[in-house]
Amino acid sequence: MSAEEVYRQEFPVKGGDFAKAGAVACLIKELLKDMGLDPKTVRRAAIAAYEAEMNVIMYAWEARVDLAVSPQEVRITVDDRGPGIADIELAMTEGYSTATTEMRELGFGAGMGLPNIKRNSDDLRVDSQTGRGTRLEIIIRTNGHVTT
Amino acid sequence: MIVLKDVLALLDGELLTPGASLEVACPKVFASDLMSDVLTSAEPGSLLLTGLANSHVIRTCSIADLAGVVFVQGKRPDAEAIDQARAESLPLIATKMPMFEVCSRIAGHVQDGGHER
Repeated sequence: MSAEEVYRQEFPVKGGDFAKAGAVACLIKELLKDMGLDPKTVRRAAIAAYEAEMNVIMYAWEARVDLAVSPQEVRITVDDRGPGIADIELAMTEGYSTATTEMRELGFGAGMGLPNIKRNSDDLRVDSQTGRGTRLEIIIRTNGHVTT
Repeated sequence: MIVLKDVLALLDGELLTPGASLEVACPKVFASDLMSDVLTSAEPGSLLLTGLANSHVIRTCSIADLAGVVFVQGKRPDAEAIDQARAESLPLIATKMPMFEVCSRIAGHVQDGGHER
């Protein structure tokens, strides 16, 4: 934990575990709410975390989700072991999807995951290596008010 | 704006989460079977109308701060999903009416200023 950070926690996510899909994002939402962040920031972080968690569950084998909160920002880093993204620019295009029929039947896989993460973050960095995995760094700036 | 107790009456609905407050007023209504679209476009406090009945609907509503869910066309989530909604104080309503009729009735009610016709 850096000097600026007031909270840091890591959560595991297992690929293919649809029954627990969203559990980490819900936990992150509760934690941020308890820290007194404003509801808009909490909602943006929760949606970005949920989309990222769903991507891990649908496409990757496993991931670590790291939540770091400072008075200036919420930083959610999702580091997965999985097939990676061959063309990040294409994956960031709204509507582009490689989802299976099963994923779509669950209400997901409309090709809005990464674009919606970008929409709900102030800064998004995506690094991926085909055959190894993907790392997302989601940054959401806060209004400076955090309690622990 | 529409209040959940009016939704229940208009749709001849069944409340799946007994004890949930029906006095909640929803400023917007969002109809979709795609949770991706709910996460992208539904505003906080909205009422969701959907034909998708699984636990991802409950979790999506919880994440996106939606006020309640109407399951259309006789669809019902399983007991586990209902328990999850109760734990999160998310009211669930089931109706046998199809999506178009549900949208039409709610739109008519809102256009009439919320008065019974």
